[in-house]
Amino acid sequence: MKTSNSMERVLTTLSHQEPDRVPFFLLATLHGARELGVGIREYFSRAEQVVAGQLRLRARYRHDCLSGFFFGPLEIEAWGGEVLYYDDGPPNSGEPPLRELEQISSLKPPRIAEARCLHRSLEAIRLLKQQSGGEVPILGVAISPFSLPVMQLGFDRYFDLIHERPELFQRLMAINEEFCVEWANAQLDAGATAICYFDPVASPTILPPELYEATGFQVARRTLARIKGPTATHLASGRCLGIMELLARSGTVAIGVSAQENLAEVKAAAAGRVSLIGNLNGIEMRRWSEAEAREKVREAITRGGAGGGFILADNHGEIPWQVSDELLMTISDAVLTFGQYPLSPGVSE
Amino acid sequence: MDTREPLHQELETALLSLNKVATRRIFKESGLSPIRFAEELFMPVLDRIGAKWERGDCALSQIYVSGRICESLLNELLPTAPAEQSMNPPMAVATLEDSHLLGKRLLSSVLRSSGYHFHDYGQQNLENLVSKVQFDGIRILLVSTLMLSSALRVKELRRRLDKQGLQVKIVVGGAPFRFDQALWREVGADATSPTATGALAIVRRLADEVRHENQ
Ligand code: B12
Repeated sequence: MKTSNSMERVLTTLSHQEPDRVPFFLLATLHGARELGVGIREYFSRAEQVVAGQLRLRARYRHDCLSGFFFGPLEIEAWGGEVLYYDDGPPNSGEPPLRELEQISSLKPPRIAEARCLHRSLEAIRLLKQQSGGEVPILGVAISPFSLPVMQLGFDRYFDLIHERPELFQRLMAINEEFCVEWANAQLDAGATAICYFDPVASPTILPPELYEATGFQVARRTLARIKGPTATHLASGRCLGIMELLARSGTVAIGVSAQENLAEVKAAAAGRVSLIGNLNGIEMRRWSEAEAREKVREAITRGGAGGGFILADNHGEIPWQVSDELLMTISDAVLTFGQYPLSPGVSE
Repeated sequence: MDTREPLHQELETALLSLNKVATRRIFKESGLSPIRFAEELFMPVLDRIGAKWERGDCALSQIYVSGRICESLLNELLPTAPAEQSMNPPMAVATLEDSHLLGKRLLSSVLRSSGYHFHDYGQQNLENLVSKVQFDGIRILLVSTLMLSSALRVKELRRRLDKQGLQVKIVVGGAPFRFDQALWREVGADATSPTATGALAIVRRLADEVRHENQ
């Protein structure tokens, strides 16, 4: 088969057909800082640096996407929350900006035009689009209206809201949906090919499926329908099997799979309806030997690759800072070795 | 076979369906004293719920709400902590470096429901944590982290505590330790568990060890 470019490869797999090889998303959001020799905080302070980092990483590791994602808490900054930076890990959100549930009654969504912190990410997407000429998918990320409240309120108070204050909960969802739709569409307008809808609270790891169906699933259906481009739902390494039917009906194109689930089982359940992205364990990855890394890649491709509908990636959507450049190269080499279609008999189970 | 099995089952169902009324009724009908109810029913059942979660058979929200139901019922029934456990060696819980407090909150509610006395240090950086541990003469320290970088800081925590000559048992937990089961050893912790309820058995064992060391 002739070699495709990354865009063709990804689109083919998303249409549940086998491309020339298994597409591969190296979601190394932080490693660009290392490429450029700057600190993490400094790196994210300018769009040009993130663009340079993304392009260098792709040139080196030959993966099939570019990412305009900075870090989740950037969104919370738009809501007036604080961002805490670390030298050796991703920025975190600080104290939740909403101290009282009652504040929800008078809450208004920030407008993207006024949320200056988000403009850096939009600028990065614009520049990536200019420089990649449409041959590489560019990923945007929007935290779902249903998962954002963990940072807005804190996890415990959000659980209380869902269980005890249904009206206030609905109100918060309506506000967050406005924000999420506008933010996702702004990224698509800037040149993103698809939006990763980050929704770990949907996962059966966090909520029982029946409760999700009555709450977050309704939110996802409404929100995804208003996002003017393809979306992939990511559960941030939370489990997905228990809500596969709902995910397939939510309007999403692909889902992120946890290392805690068997990819072959998930693939059977997804059955040509949604594609899978995953499921290398990013946390364990930092101490994998070369042989282990190759074996993990081979195993994931064996379980998920046949028939397309599969993109190899880590299971969280962000590779930890502590994973070495050498290991990333080993993973990249292994995808090129084991990922050629048709998969060799030793590779497909 | 545990004769309490049917009761355990009933309580588990009540808690998983977040039914406080049923939980209270099961307590009344059991005829047990509040403390025996806590020890013989709540704890084993919370532990089962934790194990279920680890297998992917229930959700974190159910752990959170069932913990809250137990805690509030016990607060109502038990004005003071049971004498026996209050003899535990000096103990503390903390979230290290990151600002995610739910893991620690789950941990505190399990320990409190079991009658343990401990300091809740909230969110701490390394320096402060070490001085607090020293000041309070802590012997068992339970640390919760959500970020991998914070989990790795436990290595430095161990080093500093050792350097000060402080004999402290460190129990770690949180998502990074669930995703990498060798991480707790690597950072020099004494124990870990994938669930907050799992901390109970560990604390019981470590408290015995500390008592032996003191003799
Ligand atoms: C939901 C979720 C989100 C939500 C909400 C997060 C939050 N809490 O603020 C959103 C979408 C906002 C999010 C964002 C991010 N996330 Co997130 N997220 C998750 C997810 C799915 C659950 C996290 C959670 O809060 N769980 C609830 C706590 C209570 O669970 P737990 O820590 O496991 O605790 C249980 C046990 O471990 C135990 N336990 C806990 N402490 C202790 C202590 C002791 C002593 C013992 C014995 C037991 C114990 O008890 C609990 C159950 O009983 C996890 C993946 C996963 N499958 O767990 C990733 C995860 C936590 N996220 C991660 C990351 C990196 C992020 C981001 C930094 C990404 C980014 N670059 O922006 C942001 C930061 C968000 C922030 N608040 O600052 C990583 C962290 C590890 C790492 N790679 O460094 C994880 C682990 C994903 C992964 N597999 O890598 N995330």
